[in-house]
Amino acid sequence: MKVVILGCSRVGAMLATELAVKGNEVTVVDYEESSFTRLPKDAQVKRVLGMGVDHDVLKKAGIEKADVFLALTNRDNTNLTAAQMVKHTFKVPKVASRVYDVQRAKAFKGLGLSIICPTVDTVARFHEFLKSK
Amino acid sequence: MYIIIAGGGDVGLSLTRLLQKEGHEAVLVEKDPVRYAKLSEDLGESVILGDAGELGTLMDMGANRADVLVAVTGTDQDNLVVCQLAKLIYLIPRTIAKVNDPKNEELFSSLGVDATVSSTGIIASLIEEKIDAGMAIPLLAFKECGVEIFKTQLSAESAIIHKKISKLSLPKDLIIIAALRGSQVIIPKGDTVFLPGDTIIMLIREERKEEFKRLFLEAV
Repeated sequence: MKVVILGCSRVGAMLATELAVKGNEVTVVDYEESSFTRLPKDAQVKRVLGMGVDHDVLKKAGIEKADVFLALTNRDNTNLTAAQMVKHTFKVPKVASRVYDVQRAKAFKGLGLSIICPTVDTVARFHEFLKSK
Repeated sequence: MYIIIAGGGDVGLSLTRLLQKEGHEAVLVEKDPVRYAKLSEDLGESVILGDAGELGTLMDMGANRADVLVAVTGTDQDNLVVCQLAKLIYLIPRTIAKVNDPKNEELFSSLGVDATVSSTGIIASLIEEKIDAGMAIPLLAFKECGVEIFKTQLSAESAIIHKKISKLSLPKDLIIIAALRGSQVIIPKGDTVFLPGDTIIMLIREERKEEFKRLFLEAV
């Protein structure tokens, strides 16, 4: 699979590394050079420096041939815009974004976007913990 | 009308002032506390500290009774998401976004933003206008319906000056919305007569642009 990940966040870097180990062709986009230090030096991951909400940067990352796009920056609006751009303009088949804000996550799920909301998931995990003995 | 403006940069500030002057209830939202403090010296209670992308902020502002939301922050992704939320959650009938990267214009329109204003695009056409006098400046494009709002200044050579509107044979699909003469706004009626120097604002179908150029800009 060809995977493009936006945001070399902790989650972005870990996911990119793991997917590359499994034999996927992975590209990570981030606008800060220093973010790439989160990737292990020997990770077989292509690094593209640039703002993710930009056609040219996404093209450089190979978005036109990508099977999957994951928006994992720390900013909800950036993730939502990039995901919609990739879905609408580049017709990438599998697109998901991380959205911290519960309400924004709900609203955009209603628009047919795949959203992963860490806030909801983390709260659920804590509830589980509190129930356990 | 109740109009919410997101983003207290220079554009947001002047827009709020202008809309208030015209009698609208215009409220500005700014998320940076330092900028907010400055803005509130000028606008008093018409500026609110908050992030328009947070639904709580919009709720506190009574967004459900807003007629228009204008997003003019410096970041395209914030402008897009704020407009989409305004429509999805608060059913605000009309949203307008400033687009900083002209490449995003088409995307924003197809994602439900009612109108986009590309500052880069407008500046580019203004410069072009200086090069090619009599150029029509696009103000707003409603891409889905294929219509645009333009403004242009009438020169002494224009074929439509010194004549009553009712005597002009205007092309179909062209509506003159207003004429600006100095500080005066003229809403056109049958007996209105345009003068050289008037700025005309009009709605036109894209495919008839050329026809309109002939009519407004050249002597016949």
